[in-house]
Amino acid sequence: MHARAQAAREVPLDQYQPEYLTAAEYAFIMAATDRIIPEDGEGPGALETRVPVFIDRQLAGDFGTAADLYMEGPFTPTADPFLGTQTPLTPAEIYRGGIAAFDAWCAQTHNASFADLDAETQDAAITALSEGDVPLGPELREFWSLLLQNTREGYFSDPQYGGNAGMASWVYIGFPGARGSFFEWVGRPEAYPLGPVNIAGERA
Amino acid sequence: MARTDPKKDVVIIGLGWTGSILGMELAQEGLEILALERGPDRETVPDFQYPNVIDELKYGIRLGFMQKPRNSTLTVRRSLTETAQPYRRLGSFLPGDGVGGAGIHWNGQTWRPMAEEFRLKSYVEESFGADIIPEGMTIQDWGVSYDELEPYFDRFEYMAGIAGKAGNLNGEIQPGGNPFEAPRSRDYPMPPMKQGVDAQMFEQAARAMGLHPFPRPAANATQAYTNEYGMQLGPCNYCGFCERYGCANYSKSSPQTCVLDALKRMPNFSYKVNSEVLKIELAEDRATATGVTYFDEAAQEEVFQPADLVIVAAYSLHNVHLMLLSGIGDPWDPVTQTGTTGKNYAYQMNGGTSMFFRDVEFNPFAAAGSNGVSIDDYAINQIDFAREGFIGGSYITAGISNGQPIRGISLPAGTPSWGAGWKQGIGDWYGHSMSIGSHGSNMAYRDCYLDLDPTYTDRHGRPLMRMTFNWKDNDIRMTQFMRSKIEPIAEAMQPDSWRSSYKSEGAQYDVRPYQTTHNVGGAIMGEDRETSSLNRYLQTWGQHNVFVMGASAFPQNIQYNPTGAVGALAYWAADAIRRDYLPNPRPLV
Ligand SMILES: Cc1cc2nc3c(=O)[nH]c(=O)nc-3n(C[C@H](O)[C@H](O)[C@H](O)COP(=O)(O)OP(=O)(O)OC[C@H]3O[C@@H](n4cnc5c(N)ncnc54)[C@H](O)[C@@H]3O)c2cc1C
Ligand code: SF4
Repeated sequence: MHARAQAAREVPLDQYQPEYLTAAEYAFIMAATDRIIPEDGEGPGALETRVPVFIDRQLAGDFGTAADLYMEGPFTPTADPFLGTQTPLTPAEIYRGGIAAFDAWCAQTHNASFADLDAETQDAAITALSEGDVPLGPELREFWSLLLQNTREGYFSDPQYGGNAGMASWVYIGFPGARGSFFEWVGRPEAYPLGPVNIAGERA
Repeated sequence: MARTDPKKDVVIIGLGWTGSILGMELAQEGLEILALERGPDRETVPDFQYPNVIDELKYGIRLGFMQKPRNSTLTVRRSLTETAQPYRRLGSFLPGDGVGGAGIHWNGQTWRPMAEEFRLKSYVEESFGADIIPEGMTIQDWGVSYDELEPYFDRFEYMAGIAGKAGNLNGEIQPGGNPFEAPRSRDYPMPPMKQGVDAQMFEQAARAMGLHPFPRPAANATQAYTNEYGMQLGPCNYCGFCERYGCANYSKSSPQTCVLDALKRMPNFSYKVNSEVLKIELAEDRATATGVTYFDEAAQEEVFQPADLVIVAAYSLHNVHLMLLSGIGDPWDPVTQTGTTGKNYAYQMNGGTSMFFRDVEFNPFAAAGSNGVSIDDYAINQIDFAREGFIGGSYITAGISNGQPIRGISLPAGTPSWGAGWKQGIGDWYGHSMSIGSHGSNMAYRDCYLDLDPTYTDRHGRPLMRMTFNWKDNDIRMTQFMRSKIEPIAEAMQPDSWRSSYKSEGAQYDVRPYQTTHNVGGAIMGEDRETSSLNRYLQTWGQHNVFVMGASAFPQNIQYNPTGAVGALAYWAADAIRRDYLPNPRPLV
């Protein structure tokens, strides 16, 4: 099946029913990922590649529930960040708390929740968040790094996880996806000619 | 104790690289052997099958083949006074889990240490004087020499089917190989890998500067190959999903491709999965072990498995954890500097320079775990430690091993990490960057060690192990020296721009970014029972029927990836057990 055709048949992003996120949180994720990987310029943006769907599904699954992480106390969320994550919260809980705290900061600083700000103000707010200038509290301090990382994951991972619709990010950068065999191409100083395939065997 | 099973001749803890080798070697003696593996079973089909294994999110990012901290982890602190915190999410190092261990998802860069590294303390003292060893550095000799181990390196390399080019054959320097390596008795079993555009460019630049480039030795097959156990490898197709993945193509040397099918056919060998060993049980006089206690996941009960011989092959960190939990050796005390178990934990000091070429197509996805071109001109035996002010060395390589986009796209300095500028950057620079990396030694120190954590416990209620580790000035000076050598090579290659990343003064250990799974020491081998955990045959000094495999035996870290030496030591110990120990079980030293 042609992957773009399949992507087009999926429900439009604004009608997607989130599994984990509330409607307001989903609106935040739509708005924030749209600034992290915007549509303008060359290459697809986060919305075209359906990154919000990916993030929602990840938060609903093992990643969101910290299924693999060591979650025994005592917890010292104020420990030196170099010692790694020390929050008692799961990634899904960090999103819940982080979105609420960041939206509250946006309301206080810019008189509207993040999703309702104009793009320029949104960028200023994200800059503040990424530079640690939004006071979230130690238990939520990984909110930005998770959001950035998960956005990139949704952009670049195999489409089976809900993002990278149409393999558009792979087409854009020239990554051939799951082809997994390049013997003749090692050491050849010319661009690889074939487009990507995904794990389901579809071509972009 | 819910259950005691019938006695075995040998119990092996862990069925990764060393457990598989010891299983095969001892099974050939006709002994009744049981291997206990804490994780699940894994086979090429279905676990590494194409296309499902070509899944960056599942295996490269969510680390589907690695240990889950929820089931097994440790705590980390950077000094004797800091409170250790649990390593809750994997980052800096990625221990394996399940049959094959980390041997399924390694890169396969398979090196021999330099002869000098096996007698590092003596070499330093003889060549530069004992007073260049800084206060608090606790380096030691291994108690075994390169010459003694040479046949066992050869054995491991021919079993695993390593691809490379000899640089020193019985003392004769070979063009195109590493002229600084210790002599080997014959060439590698397979010719070297094909090289990418990046490695070719590096090779040219290095040669033009009078350096000595050679192909990096690889456990990625370049030909059809059958090893001594009748196991077969097929040539690598440069799939670009090597490290962190099992090989779909029967090309990466691993317990699965090189040992396990043959071992499973031995009627006197059996193994159980989902069976985590909790403790090695000692006899009342503590002079021997009586067997092991493990948790049988299927039966949900603890089992005592009696055995005459216990092989600890659980990966370096878990080997030491089990020894600490079982009372094997006295724990190292960094204040009184007594005891041995947990002593001399060390890591790997790496750095690198990324270079950006707008007009060069590197096709980074057409790559394997171990392709690349290296130089050893700044290796341990090439550096005047007294003049440079550090002890150590590094090999230097260019060799792209994958083009997986989530794991990171190298971008020029100043590129934003999000927004339109980031998106522009990945479009401009994906496939147009390469790097030259330094893979360096790390010395041992009084206050870098492993013991039991006072606070945190695992799901069985056992104390977690606590790692105390930080970067030290000596090793930072080493990596800065490498920077001063690599940057001129990078400049000579005339990139559009370049960017360096090396640890600098005051650098603190950060557990979050991946560095290497080259955790060494903690159960070190040596000549003296007062200063080492194991004798030269990897036998514990206190319990003669306990042998401990793995890089935990390294007294400090070598400048190379560990598994070449881990494999050689496994064959060396297996040979001592077969020839010397089984006929007359006793302390071998
Ligand atoms: C991502 C990655 C890349 C690497 N790349 C390279 C490389 O290029 N070159 C190189 O030289 N080395 C490399 N290594 C290191 C290499 O994988 C190890 O050196 C090698 O696998 C060690 O062999 P081992 O037998 O000691 O441990 P392993 O092969 O890991 O086997 C240990 C086994 O013991 C099991 N186990 C642990 N505890 C218990 C217990 N209590 N009870 C029962 N079973 C237990 C584990 O589940 C595991 O299966 C890499 C490692 C990783 C993770
Ligand atoms: S790069 Fe080669 S050896 Fe590595 S996983 Fe792919 S085919 Fe196997």
